[in-house]
Amino acid sequence: MAPDVKTAQPAGGVAALPPAGAAERGSFGRFLRWDTLVGLLLVLVFIGGSASSPGFASIDNLSFALGDLGEIALIALAMTMLVVAAEVDLSVASVLGLSSALVGALWDAGWAIETIIPLVVVIGAACGLVNGLLVTRLGLPSLAVTIGTLALYRGLAYVVLGDRAIAEFPQQYTSLAVDDIPGTPIPYPVALFILLAIITAVVLHATGFGRSLFAIGAQEEAALFAGIRVKRVKLILFVLSGTVAAFAGVVFTLRYGSARADNGMGLELAVIAAVLLGGVDFDGGRGTLGGVIAGVLLIGLLRNLLMLNDVSTEIQSIVTGLLLIISVITPRLVAVIGQRRRRPSPVPSPAPPAS
Amino acid sequence: MFTFSRRSASTTVMAGLLSLGLVACGGGTTKDSASSAAPAAPASSAPATANPNAPIKEGLKLAFLPKQINNPYETIVDKAGIEAAAEFKGEAKEVGPSDASASSQVSYINTLTQQGHDAILIAANDANAVCGPLQQARSKGVKIVSYDSDASKDCRDIFINQANSEEIGRSQVKLLSEMIGSKGEIAILSATANATNQNTWIEFMKDELGKPEYKDMKLVKVAYGDDDDQKSFQETQGLLQAYPNLKGIISPTTVGISAAARYISGSKYKGKVVLTGLGTPNQMRQFVKDGTVEKFALWNPKDLGYLASYAAAALASGQITGAEGEVLKAGKLGERTVGKDGEIILGPPFVFDKGNIDQFDF
Repeated sequence: MAPDVKTAQPAGGVAALPPAGAAERGSFGRFLRWDTLVGLLLVLVFIGGSASSPGFASIDNLSFALGDLGEIALIALAMTMLVVAAEVDLSVASVLGLSSALVGALWDAGWAIETIIPLVVVIGAACGLVNGLLVTRLGLPSLAVTIGTLALYRGLAYVVLGDRAIAEFPQQYTSLAVDDIPGTPIPYPVALFILLAIITAVVLHATGFGRSLFAIGAQEEAALFAGIRVKRVKLILFVLSGTVAAFAGVVFTLRYGSARADNGMGLELAVIAAVLLGGVDFDGGRGTLGGVIAGVLLIGLLRNLLMLNDVSTEIQSIVTGLLLIISVITPRLVAVIGQRRRRPSPVPSPAPPAS
Repeated sequence: MFTFSRRSASTTVMAGLLSLGLVACGGGTTKDSASSAAPAAPASSAPATANPNAPIKEGLKLAFLPKQINNPYETIVDKAGIEAAAEFKGEAKEVGPSDASASSQVSYINTLTQQGHDAILIAANDANAVCGPLQQARSKGVKIVSYDSDASKDCRDIFINQANSEEIGRSQVKLLSEMIGSKGEIAILSATANATNQNTWIEFMKDELGKPEYKDMKLVKVAYGDDDDQKSFQETQGLLQAYPNLKGIISPTTVGISAAARYISGSKYKGKVVLTGLGTPNQMRQFVKDGTVEKFALWNPKDLGYLASYAAAALASGQITGAEGEVLKAGKLGERTVGKDGEIILGPPFVFDKGNIDQFDF
């Protein structure tokens, strides 16, 4: 379902909107861009961590910490595109759980793993399609729809597998989900993530399809008038999100070597936290994939560092929560400061993009 | 646009199904083929030899990883284990996830490995999900003791089992027999009719009752309360009405025993029918205090943590390796022998009564 040129072309015109909005904030705003700050913070955590905790910078630890982020990172790619288009998918962790339950049940029933994996990914796409159709055809808000399917898909997962745990998957596949690429400290799923991240970055920031997402997120009406097939674009995004979540479910199952209906419980919040921390505006229209990747890494490495220093789970949760709130407040604050500085300007500045 | 997307969607699905069919026909890796093709379990690399006389090393670093932190039962176990570590001049701590999900323990295992612990003691949420990282930890020389809930046996060195089924079954009969003077009709209130552990215990109870010293005790019925409070309550009522000469009831399930105690405490049978079984102190406290129940059993979580701590220290000091037949010296608990598959059994169930119940909060 590649974006076709016809929809992409007119998008180019409207796409000028959000970057213009960003540029309005001037060099001060540009310097203080949140995603740049997250990147800097990440570097600080890394340097501070290496200096304070001997185990932190070891190849073993980093490789494990990266592997541990695998599913969150994968799902965050699709989630970034959705949130940029001012939608959200809260059902991703449930799709992951359903996919894990299906992998377990089918494997237990004697199916070949080579059949199970594509089938489960297709089912994940179907889950995404259901979300997408409810949002685009019935015009329902995605927050409400996906809260519903969050419960629905998790319920189905329990119907499929109950509270059983299926294990003993073939070793050549479980190794694929855990092992590093020979000669490097990079686990296979991370390599896959890097590849997909490059593709996503190109699509989001360098194609008409990507520009149309920003346009939809900034002002859906305007995007519609500019000829963007808004509903179809959104449908594609939801299908993508379901597909990626199901695939992440396969990776999760093989990585832990255990298929369960409760796998990935609550993971959707970690994904959305990473996306917001990465500077994507929850109201849509603004954000960069680089910021999101920095956000995912920041949450993961910070948690790893706190654990290495025996900081309790409660405090870890408080730290991540505060960081998230700061990440939502800061860009607004910067925008306000930016406006104050421009006030003496005789030219009335246009209304900021919907945010 | 929907005609287009519908067509393209159906094409995709068709192509998908087609390829699935091809893969399915062409065979692939299934559970059966994988297990038949799987190489034989690798022989454990040169089993280290144990030196039973090796001293326990000083300054050992142990970490308890419970199913979940802030769970009262696990807190008792881990605290006792941490106190035990002080006895042999080691240091121990408890860390863990706030939810008991299958995967949440995994990052903790990695962290503990990086922190350079000598041993990790784990109550596994999922026997297999924790296996990979435990193996990695073992490859770096970390000893693994599972307690309370076992990890796959090839991912740990020792499993501390609370009690074995035979001991639980036989000791329940002994306990009741003491209280009714080995004479009279008795009944069992179990959980569900197909609960594996319950049925194993009941088999051992019947076997024990076959011994000559219990010739005057007669098992009249096994009732099933389905681990449902209300059903257990009604079954108790039914038993007492159907067997007016009933002297005692054994309920080897925490739901059953507390429901039965609630019925008896409010009925004319209080003080006439003896109730015992397996329960937790917090559930049973009021019935022990009001005299409905004199004694009941479970294991002692403090001893469980204590024994686990000593097992970890003995492994890390080379006193034992986890092989069958080795002897573990466990401080005030005395000695325990390593059984099949690296299992060490804590011992016979612990009996709670008026005198000791207030020392426990779980």
